[in-house]
Amino acid sequence: MQSRLRAVLESHPRGDPAPPPITPAEGGPHIDGARRPDRSWWVDAGGLRLAVYEWGPPDAPPIVAAHGGFDFAGTFDLFAPLLVAGGYRFVAWDARGHGDSDWAVLYNWSADLRDALAVLDSVSAEPVVLLGHSKGGNLVLELADALPHRVSHLVNLDGLPSKNNWPDVSEHERTRLLHGELESWLDHRRRCADAERRPGTLDELAERRARMNPRLSMEWLRYLVTIGARRDADGWRWKIDPSLRLGGFGPWRPEWSMQRMPGLSMPVLGVLGLETEVMGWGTRPADVEPYLPPRARFEALDGVGHFVHIEQPRLVADIVLDFLGSSW
Amino acid sequence: MTTTWVRHNRVRLALHELRPARSPDTRPLLLLHGLGERTPQRPPAVTDGWEGAVLGLDFVGHGRSTRPVGGGYTAEVLMADVDAALAAVGAVTILGRGLGAYVALLAAGGRPSLVRGVVLADGPGLAGGGTRPGSPYIGPAGLPAGPPSPDPAVPDPWALFELSRDVRPPDYAQEYVRQAMEWSGLTRPIVVAAVTRPEWLAAVAAEPGVVDAGVVEGLGLLATA
Repeated sequence: MQSRLRAVLESHPRGDPAPPPITPAEGGPHIDGARRPDRSWWVDAGGLRLAVYEWGPPDAPPIVAAHGGFDFAGTFDLFAPLLVAGGYRFVAWDARGHGDSDWAVLYNWSADLRDALAVLDSVSAEPVVLLGHSKGGNLVLELADALPHRVSHLVNLDGLPSKNNWPDVSEHERTRLLHGELESWLDHRRRCADAERRPGTLDELAERRARMNPRLSMEWLRYLVTIGARRDADGWRWKIDPSLRLGGFGPWRPEWSMQRMPGLSMPVLGVLGLETEVMGWGTRPADVEPYLPPRARFEALDGVGHFVHIEQPRLVADIVLDFLGSSW
Repeated sequence: MTTTWVRHNRVRLALHELRPARSPDTRPLLLLHGLGERTPQRPPAVTDGWEGAVLGLDFVGHGRSTRPVGGGYTAEVLMADVDAALAAVGAVTILGRGLGAYVALLAAGGRPSLVRGVVLADGPGLAGGGTRPGSPYIGPAGLPAGPPSPDPAVPDPWALFELSRDVRPPDYAQEYVRQAMEWSGLTRPIVVAAVTRPEWLAAVAAEPGVVDAGVVEGLGLLATA
């Protein structure tokens, strides 16, 4: 089925004959242990083209992985090779608007879920290990709830939302904060038709990213620039759609995601990084424990931040491999 | 009917003038259609008493506006569609039907300086997906994979699917009432005219300062506000 699907996609009239780029742009540092994927392909998701990447032998059992918001598949370059060494192939994709995938006109949660399913269909019709970090962890949680027959194991890396990092303020203060947020978002929407990501040197882009990733090394962030950014005549630019913005508002409540977990029937592994930081949820073990399903394993890592798989790739890969090995 | 075009990011929105102003002193009335609808060809009878121009906006995926590829609709992005129209025409009063009523409420709270009162009326898409998520459903197989039909009478199927399932918690809707009350400078910026009151709308109607009135009466109140 896999080869047939890929043949269909390769013959798609919009299909670019070249697969998504794997080789990093020149100028970046060498990172010990980081390895680019072995192959890549495009998936057509309702007319949008998504870039999919695979590390490891094509006949090994797959782990399908979803990255977090404002990341891209290449952020698994340290982590994926460790799972490949453990006997798996590791498949990740750039979410719509991220990395080398198409920029969409519109973005929402249900479109991200459909995109994930299109990627899953290009990998296997059999149940697979689903893994996600941050927003991607939240995404795979909902996929497992919606399509339990497609998921053998679920691995969630610091993607269990809680209310802890929501400002604890009075109702009047909240109204004032929301006023500013709404106005600023609508102003952004008025401008974004002509928006471009700001160009800069490789180091400048790495420094900008350090605001979202304050615990990750500058060497790593410079490496990411060579994958997640492109070099234009006037400098480097992150590839992510400039209409996308961090934060925001909406009807969604973090507790809704966690409430999906107790009903899951497949083995579930949850990993939390206990160091709070800007991109994390600030979730504590006590927030998670009541929602763990009967066959769950849960690890809370002291001294590790939100990007558990980048800060501690060996430790987290060993936890995942042990979980997968013991629950087959 | 004359049509102008408004750009919102990668979307071209159709903004129709159904009737010019009879009096230059009254601001325009902006009509927001329901889910799956488009701006009507002629001004509806309930707008006969409005002295200003009568305008209508086709939401993204509807009428003559852009059909995006691959869905991704939210009520919030439709609020920004409305804001793109406000950037072009300035202050308006809004009459919204169904989904357009919910979006009108968001716009009243999001751009309180330019939305001079809203009337929330019955229409398709009024309820949305309820107050919290139901069992997850990734999507129907068999929807077109390519660009949707450009026929202005045929809405994007993804708009119908997604905007009939978006969650509308009552306290979220109430936040927008408070935004409009706090920042519009109007004492009665919101009129609930709908007979059907899903939970979000019942909560809006119960907020202090929200008026319960018919469409014509509500427009009469807002014309002089």
